[in-house]
Amino acid sequence: MKKLMFAVAVLAMTSGMGVAQTVRMATEGAYPPYNFVNDQGNLDGFEIELGNELCKRAELDCTWVKNDWDSIIPNLVSSNYDTIMAGMNINEERKKAIDFSAPYTPPMPSAYMALTSDADIENGVVAAQTNTIQASHVASTGATLLEFATGEETIAAVRNGEADAVFADKDFLAPAQAESNGELVWVEGHDTVELGEGIGMGVRKSDGELKAKFDTAIQSMKDDGTLNAMLKKWFGEKALQF
Amino acid sequence: MFATCADPQTLEGLAWLMCYLTSGKHLLFYLSFGTVIFLLAITAPVALLFGFGGALASRSRIAPLRWFGQIYTSMVRGVPDIIFFLFVPIALDQGFEYLRAKVLCDPAVPIRQGNDFVVCPAAKLPLSTSAEWVHQSYGIFLAVIAFAIVFGAFASNVLYGAMNAVPKAQLETAEAYGMSPRQVSRRILIPQMWTYALPGLANLWMILVKATPLLFVLGVEDIVYWARELGGSKTSAYAYPHGDWRIYYFLGILVFYLLVTWISERIFDRLRLRLSAGQATMAGEAMRKAAT
Repeated sequence: MKKLMFAVAVLAMTSGMGVAQTVRMATEGAYPPYNFVNDQGNLDGFEIELGNELCKRAELDCTWVKNDWDSIIPNLVSSNYDTIMAGMNINEERKKAIDFSAPYTPPMPSAYMALTSDADIENGVVAAQTNTIQASHVASTGATLLEFATGEETIAAVRNGEADAVFADKDFLAPAQAESNGELVWVEGHDTVELGEGIGMGVRKSDGELKAKFDTAIQSMKDDGTLNAMLKKWFGEKALQF
Repeated sequence: MFATCADPQTLEGLAWLMCYLTSGKHLLFYLSFGTVIFLLAITAPVALLFGFGGALASRSRIAPLRWFGQIYTSMVRGVPDIIFFLFVPIALDQGFEYLRAKVLCDPAVPIRQGNDFVVCPAAKLPLSTSAEWVHQSYGIFLAVIAFAIVFGAFASNVLYGAMNAVPKAQLETAEAYGMSPRQVSRRILIPQMWTYALPGLANLWMILVKATPLLFVLGVEDIVYWARELGGSKTSAYAYPHGDWRIYYFLGILVFYLLVTWISERIFDRLRLRLSAGQATMAGEAMRKAAT
């Protein structure tokens, strides 16, 4: 009897260890088709589907957290959640604050969109979302940078004439351009600007173990072609492939 | 929500609008009005309590307590609200986690690792495994504390002034009847001060109502968050594509806030009447004259 109780006690003590830790994954939820809140009020998009698959492969128990783009890196660093999947391009500046997994997209092109195809993007006013590689790029040209907290507001700024053009990920702008009945057009010669090293998952610098797990999962998805299929599903037949 | 809404592309006009306004996302928007009302209902009494404590401390005969009360009111009133709203929740959150880490974690692992603030999983607050609503409520709890600290300082100043405004003669009469200082406070000072405090407190309530959009800054998904989210133009990636409708959503919020403040005005008017009865103030005097 005593042995039985002891065995139960040991089981109770150790069973907690076997359970996978919950990994909290942050996303912005306002950058379709990468991540957005669908009409049911749930998170949806390329990164949500990809993230869930990666967690399954890494045998992790994951939940999603919505966080504003502005504070998404500070809140990762202060451990409010454990990863970022929010269309975040890997670049040198961000690497100073956080680590990135291997990229899960090829370098995605950016594009200038405006009301006329000859909009002045060299000396005019160009809208971009704050703290994006596109914003840094605009700042490095002669144009006046107009920053907004969300991607949606950058497009609205072009529509209402506040900005001459908007500079963002092409895949984010493409649906807005296609459905504007010709109101919004690509800027001549600037509809595909190569920028960044691809999009990766942000993790804390002190969290090497988690990064390794996700790196393995991403590699396995690259190897068996599921990642390419997912890219095609969300970004169209012409999507860049690994 | 309704069976007819299964395929929004086929809908037109009013049917489309009905389905649109009852989508899951809109229900979350309607719920967030509840969040704002709930926050107000919790914050106002807590802030009043903070204010009461601050006012009593500022009047205390014990010097350190008096200094504490005075430093609290003057410091919080002198710093921009938004700085407190950004500072208090982060400081509280990391403070709690730091203390829990000291007790629950292996002391050999540092909490500050370079740029990172990391505590062991057991010390996380709330735990990573907790449900999403726990995380949300924790965020709201931190917001309530931040609001209460800021508005408590203003309330403290209002109540301090109101306590000083109670006619000295009444307090001296109470003393002459043999009441102890504590009895004077409880029986005469505190019941009498409300009529003087009410205009100031009513003002604070209005400011508090209007300050609730700051929740949005704290990352709580309130009505401003959802209005911006729902109002932004939607492409066909969504079931209900539409243009930039932010103006309608913000108009709706504007009406909501006006309604809340209008109802509050009515309630404060009634309270004012009740509290003025029999008081040695101009309003009380006027009521006495009207009655005779």
